[in-house]
Amino acid sequence: MKRLVYLLPLFIFLVIVGYFAVGLNLNPRNIPSMLIDQKVPHFDLAPIKGSKRGFSHKDLKGQVTLINIFGSWCAACLAEHPFLMEISTKGLVPIYGIDWREKNSDDGPRWLAQKGNPYTLIGDDPKSKVAIALGVAGAPETFFVDKRGFIRFKHVGPITPKNWQSKLWPLVQELQEQ
Amino acid sequence: MKFSHIPLIDRPTATHPIVHSFLNRKIITFFIFVALSLTTFYSSPTFAVEPSEVLADTALEARARDISKGFRCVVCQNQSIDDSNAGLARDMRLLVRERLVVGDTNAEVTDYIVSRYGSYVLLKPPLNKSTYALWYGPLLILALGFLILLVFFHRRQSSSVLTTEGLNDEEQRRIKALLEDEE
Repeated sequence: MKRLVYLLPLFIFLVIVGYFAVGLNLNPRNIPSMLIDQKVPHFDLAPIKGSKRGFSHKDLKGQVTLINIFGSWCAACLAEHPFLMEISTKGLVPIYGIDWREKNSDDGPRWLAQKGNPYTLIGDDPKSKVAIALGVAGAPETFFVDKRGFIRFKHVGPITPKNWQSKLWPLVQELQEQ
Repeated sequence: MKFSHIPLIDRPTATHPIVHSFLNRKIITFFIFVALSLTTFYSSPTFAVEPSEVLADTALEARARDISKGFRCVVCQNQSIDDSNAGLARDMRLLVRERLVVGDTNAEVTDYIVSRYGSYVLLKPPLNKSTYALWYGPLLILALGFLILLVFFHRRQSSSVLTTEGLNDEEQRRIKALLEDEE
């Protein structure tokens, strides 16, 4: 029994190793959202250049929607873009866009004209007003909003066929059934 | 042939080794000094806060700087938004200033940012239920250490008092023999 005391440092060491093993494998970019199960904050964004309608929180009522934060400057957004197009053409769920922090107001529209526009409506957010209101830390980020206009999930990083199949699409279906 | 016997004075061109290394050291010190002063000269006055952001009202600006220093830049994560050149940090600085101008108190500005990003965004974590371990944990471990130390010394002290009491004659004799043997 007394000898076990000598094993105590080893035990403490193993506990610390355990904490590090878990902690160091967490993605520090994955900041838990404060807005889960809260109503989408009120906003009314101006349209991007060349478009007539902007994007306001009122547009989200009555159906499950995605709010996608993107920018023409963002490489990961470009990577996710073809798959957003696929979701959009299949009509799986409407995607609303927030064009975030464009240096030049032409950049966003040009990017969309070249690569296609998967968004139902797009709001222009050059000064991060709505991005900060949504607690956005980077692009792309996608919010999953239920029929009542409550944010139910935030996905950080690009939507890929893989995470869509395994997690995001089942979530959308579940929300659509509610 | 050995040179060590040759007196130094016979070689007037050579510097005395000590003087030599001293000079070397001086030169090196000088260059380090120059290099360091150049780096401080060029790098220290870089402020992330751009002149265009600064408020005309110095009292408000001071408050804005003060609040901004407490917010983590969520892009770079280990800089405050006051230090960071990231675009989002800039927008957050502007938002802080905008709110102060409108008449928000420091606490209201902080509450707004925290309501969006969580207490994660505060560089100094607040004291609440979920952070008790963070704030009091180290004290607890320190106290535990002291306790272990105390027990350790207490035990040692009570066991280190050696007496020959309670030994029989034979044992007394053996101890005496051993002690003398050592000497």
